Amino acid sequence: MIPKRAVLGALAAAIMFAAAGPGAVAGETAAAPSPTVVDIRNFQFQPATLTVTAGTTVMWKNDDGSPHSVAAQTGAFRSEPLDTNDSFSFTFAKPGTYVYGCTFHPMMLGKIVVKPKGGAS
Amino acid sequence: MRDRDDKGRPDADGMHRRGFLKCMSWAGTGVVWSLAGGVPKTLGLIGEADAAEAAASQPTFVQISDSHIGFHLPANPTPEKTLGEAIAKINAMKAPPAFLVHTGDISHLSKPDQWDTADQIIGGAKKQVFHIPGEHDIADLSNGKAYLARYGKGTQGRGWYSFDMGGVHFIGLINVYGFLPGFQPSGLAQLGNDQLEWLEKDLARRPASTPIVVMAHVPLWTIYEKWGWGTLDAGQAFSYLKRFGSVTVLNGHIHQIFQKVEGNITFHTARSTAFPITPPGPEPHFAPLKLPAGKLGEYLGVRTVDFAHSKGAPALIDSALVA
Repeated sequence: MIPKRAVLGALAAAIMFAAAGPGAVAGETAAAPSPTVVDIRNFQFQPATLTVTAGTTVMWKNDDGSPHSVAAQTGAFRSEPLDTNDSFSFTFAKPGTYVYGCTFHPMMLGKIVVKPKGGAS
Repeated sequence: MRDRDDKGRPDADGMHRRGFLKCMSWAGTGVVWSLAGGVPKTLGLIGEADAAEAAASQPTFVQISDSHIGFHLPANPTPEKTLGEAIAKINAMKAPPAFLVHTGDISHLSKPDQWDTADQIIGGAKKQVFHIPGEHDIADLSNGKAYLARYGKGTQGRGWYSFDMGGVHFIGLINVYGFLPGFQPSGLAQLGNDQLEWLEKDLARRPASTPIVVMAHVPLWTIYEKWGWGTLDAGQAFSYLKRFGSVTVLNGHIHQIFQKVEGNITFHTARSTAFPITPPGPEPHFAPLKLPAGKLGEYLGVRTVDFAHSKGAPALIDSALVA
């Protein structure tokens, strides 16, 4: 069936990926171990578009001097006002595309794309 | 996404940033408005001799804005103190104003204790206060319901209202909801169709000779689109206001004074009682302005409005907390 060496190689790659994971929390757009972080800085959600698999918990952290918030256009989720260093988490159970913004600053927009669990990403 | 064009491109009115900055040569924490003769008139900054003189013979009101109780950063770690100074300034006016208007951002984070503090301090003026919310007052999970429960008695919809005083028709508009269902995020403030319909009806039965004062938190005219300083659907509101002889628009939000005259409509933004904000510039976003020690009071203020004298626009007096 599958050559043993290929399996070992894949395992090694997986271990390396896991090891690299925690060091590269913010900014990763690939599905990563939860919680996945969106950094709020300089009046921007970073990354602006984040793709995760269903069941992933996304955490937004406000690293700005100004307060911000996280509010889905559909009302699916909404944070309290986030002062500097405050954070907010939401677990995306259902696949879909979630457009959200900051209720303080209408020019700030972000998007979470949730792929089905186990499906091709 | 965000427009990062740093060039001094003109805004919708063809004004370049440089020309714009020239227009913001004066600022104040409170402006005295006079109501005499039914036409609003600004008298200048509180404390100025002209203002005191004019106010002595005419009804006036005072605009305060952006008190941001709960703000704690170096630009002003004690906004409750500076709000208190603004109220003390109002109380020291030789001719007390008829009432106060607060054009939003009473609190920093929509917290009940922040509103409690603000109410207690502003209550020191012992005047009727007309409020409209800023985006900082509707940021809690109730999405504005907590604000309405406290400040929205007798208002319509999300908190808009009108009233008549001294022959002037006052209108409080709400343009701080950017994320209600049905609202398309545009980067600018929005009034929304339901409010615009109400405004059309509210104005329809009034004669064109009625002086109008419109209050809204975010500027109704586009000052700086990149930073969201404008209102997407304000043009619709202006179409209803066009036929009136005198329309005065009082805004807050940007913590500095800008003025513009467009036909029969004059636009005025107000100083904050808490902290100034950077003027429009190439930076991707605005920020509180941290000033050298002792300078803050010069950038905060109140506005007195005089409705008297001429048949033109009302006279405004912007006065700094510390001259």
